[in-house]
Order: sequence, then C-alpha cells, then structure tokens
Amino acid sequence: MALLQLERISAQYPGNPEPVLADISLSLGPRQLLVALGPSGSGKTSLLNLIAGFVEASAGRITLDGVPVKGPSAERGVVFQDDALLPWQDVLANVGFGLELAGIARNKREARAREMLALVDLSGFEQRRIWQLSGGQKQRVGLARALAADPRVLLMDEPFGALDAFTREQMQELLLQVWQRTAKPVFLITHDIEEAVFLATDLILLAPNPGQIVERLSLDFGQRYAAGESARSIKSDPRFIETREHVLAKVFSQRSAAQRQERA
Amino acid sequence: MSSYEIPVAAIKPGTPVTAPRRSLSTRWISVLTLVALVAIWWAVTATGLIEPLFLPPPSAVLQKGWLLATSGYMDSTLWQHLGASLSRIGLGLGFAILTAVPVGIAIGANRIARGVLDPLIEFYRPIPPLAYLPLIVIWCGIGELSKVLLIYLAIFAPIAIATATGVRTVDPAKLRAAQSLGATRVQLIRHVILPSALPDILTGVRIGLGVGWSTLVAAELIAATSGLGFMVQSAAQFLVTDVVVLGILVIALIAFAMELGLRALQRKLVPWHGQAH
Repeated sequence: MALLQLERISAQYPGNPEPVLADISLSLGPRQLLVALGPSGSGKTSLLNLIAGFVEASAGRITLDGVPVKGPSAERGVVFQDDALLPWQDVLANVGFGLELAGIARNKREARAREMLALVDLSGFEQRRIWQLSGGQKQRVGLARALAADPRVLLMDEPFGALDAFTREQMQELLLQVWQRTAKPVFLITHDIEEAVFLATDLILLAPNPGQIVERLSLDFGQRYAAGESARSIKSDPRFIETREHVLAKVFSQRSAAQRQERA
Repeated sequence: MSSYEIPVAAIKPGTPVTAPRRSLSTRWISVLTLVALVAIWWAVTATGLIEPLFLPPPSAVLQKGWLLATSGYMDSTLWQHLGASLSRIGLGLGFAILTAVPVGIAIGANRIARGVLDPLIEFYRPIPPLAYLPLIVIWCGIGELSKVLLIYLAIFAPIAIATATGVRTVDPAKLRAAQSLGATRVQLIRHVILPSALPDILTGVRIGLGVGWSTLVAAELIAATSGLGFMVQSAAQFLVTDVVVLGILVIALIAFAMELGLRALQRKLVPWHGQAH
C-alpha cells in the first residue's frame, strides 16, 4: 500500500505563468527508496518542497496515509543540502531538537538522540559544536535529527551534493544501511546519475520546461548492497554501467529534443 | 602568500611563522602609544610649558582622584557620581532591551508591525537626543525619569533596528528544518529566530550603549545634581581643571570597559558567530 501519493501535481511560481512542474503522479510505499533525478531546472527541488509542505501545488493532490498534506509537519522529515543545523546547540541537542519541540522530557530525548547518533556512526560526537564537524559529519547529524523525530517518510534534498566524491560514496553506503535498518520510505533528489542508480529502488527521471517525469525505472542495486554485496563490485557490474548509460542517454536525448524545440 | 617569501632554511623549528621574533604585537604598540601620550603630558606640565590651570600634571590628577574617591566633590564621592551615572544607564539599557528586542522581532517577522513601527523609529532615530531633551524636560520634569527616558530612547532605536535586521536575515533553511520537525510559530521564534538574531542584537546593544553613554553624560551637563557629567560641569564653572580632566578620564574608561565587556559577552554567548557552519 502506498503511503505517500501524488496525483497529477502541477506547480508554478507566483507571477510566472510557466509551470515548474506539470502533471506529476507518483507514490512511495514502505521499503521504497524513490530517487528523483534531473538536471537543474527540472523542478526536482520544487517537487520536494511540495511534499515537505513548504510550498503549495497549483493543481493536484498530495496525500500521506490518505490524508491531504497541508504545510510542513513532523510526519515528513527533511534532510537539507546545507545541513541547516542550529550552531548554538551541540550535536546531541540538535539531534533531539524535534523531540524537544514535541515536549518530550530531556532524558528521554537524549537517549533517543544517542541511539540515532549510533545509527549514523557518530557516537562520541555528542558534545561537539556544529562548526567543529566536517561536511559529511554534519549531514549525518542532519540525518539523525530527521530520524529522531520518527517521521512517516524521509525527504532528502540533494543531501550529498556539497560533499567531496569520497565522502559522498561513504554517505551513500551509510544511507543504505540506515534505510535498511529503519525501513523508512525515502524520497531523495539528486543530479548525480551514479548516485541515483546506486541508491534507488524506484527511479524517476525529470526533464525541464516544464518539469515532468520522462522515465520510471525499478532497480535493485541498493538492495544488493544492503544484502551484503560490496559497493565497488555493484558499481563495476556491467548491468549497473548499462543502466547508468541508459539514464545518461535519456537525459541527453531529452536535452537535445528541448534544444530542437527552442530552435524551431 | 607571505609564507612563500620566507626561505625555508631561515625558519628554525618551533618558531611560529606568523609571529617572527623582534616584532611587536598590535596590543603592545597600543600600550606604548598610551605610555608615550602620558609621558608627553607629564613633560609639557613638568617643564611649565602649559600652566596647571589649563592642564594639570598627571600626578595632580591622580592625587585629586584619590581625594575625590575618599572625601568627595560637590557633596558626593567619585563613587557616588559614578554610581548615579551607571544606574541611569543601567535602567535605560534594561528597559531598552526588554522592549526593543520584542519590537525588533515584530518588525522583522510581521508585515503590519513593520508598517506601523518602522517609520516611527526611523523618524526619531536620526534626531540627536539632546535636541529632544528640552521637550522631555517639559513633559517629565528635571528628575531621574527624564534622564533615564532620554537614555532609553537613545538605546532603543539601535537595538530594535539591529534585532529586526537579525530576524530578517535568519537562514530560511533553518526555519524550514524546524518547521519540518513540527515547530509552531512561537517555537520558531524561541528556538530559531531569537538565537539566530542574537549576534545582531548584541551588536545593537554595543552601538546603543555607546550612544547612550555619550547622551547620558551630555544630559547630566544640563540638568542634574549628581553624576559624572554633573561633576565635570560644576568643576569647570570653578576652573577646577584637575577634576575636569579626571572626570573625562573616568568617562572614557567606563566607555572602554563597557565595550570590552560586551565583546567578551559576545564571544561567550555567540561563539558560533563568524565560524563557517
């Protein structure tokens, strides 16, 4: 059963008649890791902002467990590209922030926060200040913070986009481990093709002008990693490379089609 | 990069590259400047180049300082004058922080509050406080209330404006993060907006205290029976130059101490400010 449902969603910026997203339908259920892949301008950030409730759709319906989504809420946890952590609190307080907002007692929320820090492999960093962390560590804290509030779905806005290539690979593997252990449905957006193919159980490819879904794929590379296969062996598998090239070709064919349209 | 200009062989192990030997730190240069200034002061007075009526020697000022601290001047000791001035600025500052911070948050966060309050503050802010002091005296008399009210008004505007700026420049990603963790509007203000704006609020307090202190001393020159400004003013009428010089020095010292104190407070309260995060 699908948990999160988008039915024929369209969106546009105020004062601009050109739609950012047109007629998007998708669903996200348990044990799914849905990745929206697209070049800049394809409306993937707008799509995430719609689901998170930061902006409103101009047409269509978004429901979570059958209830229409209205505004941001703790049911839909978000991990941001630039961590958006609170520098006046230490790591432990940042992770427990959602629980503090919910009025949960200090000892309970700290216990939960410690548990989440262990989950993202950051035990021992409880008392650190945010500015003492590396980019990858900050993203782990952001992930732990979102998970601590126990959301129904986890939304990730290009979470590894600002990290260096090595850290990014580590973080992808960490995400798969966490996803496997918590069984949270994840919706992640990225412009990194290899990342998308590696992580996704379900991949949607977005094309710009206006943002629309041009391809849907079901993949199992992430599950293979979760089942114990090494990341390098998956990423050098001919099937992985074939899928990556297929998606890449699709992106470029879309792009040249758009250019032909512009010239005509 | 300056480090490229230093031959590698010239750097001995353990010598910090940024602070080579024989060079003075900025702090010591400042200290030496002050010492030189006092030395010149002493020299021109000791040689009789300037008469004590215009500029008494440092030793006389120090002696007078001791006399004032122990037996007093104009019915009050130096400490009582100092206390009067400090309590006025303390009261003005306290009320200003209590009211200007909420007003600043309202201006920064609410369109209607901005429309109502912004023009009011921008109208009176550029007026020198001493220009509306006579009106305050007409309304509230020459008692303590007038002085505290004047200080309050002088400090209020910088804090309110700085707070509003801080609120308006809150990182929208942090607001969204808190919202998606379930924050209500009040929680957003308490947990995200207020701490985000704290560095700006403290900067506002620093600016406000500077303006407030100069306004206070000026107000005491006009209508007061105690305070550092009053002490300087009444001493000047009897040409007691050493008390005048002493008063000016104490006023300067207090301003300097407040500035240092606030900087220390800023470092303690907002250690993340200026850090890449």
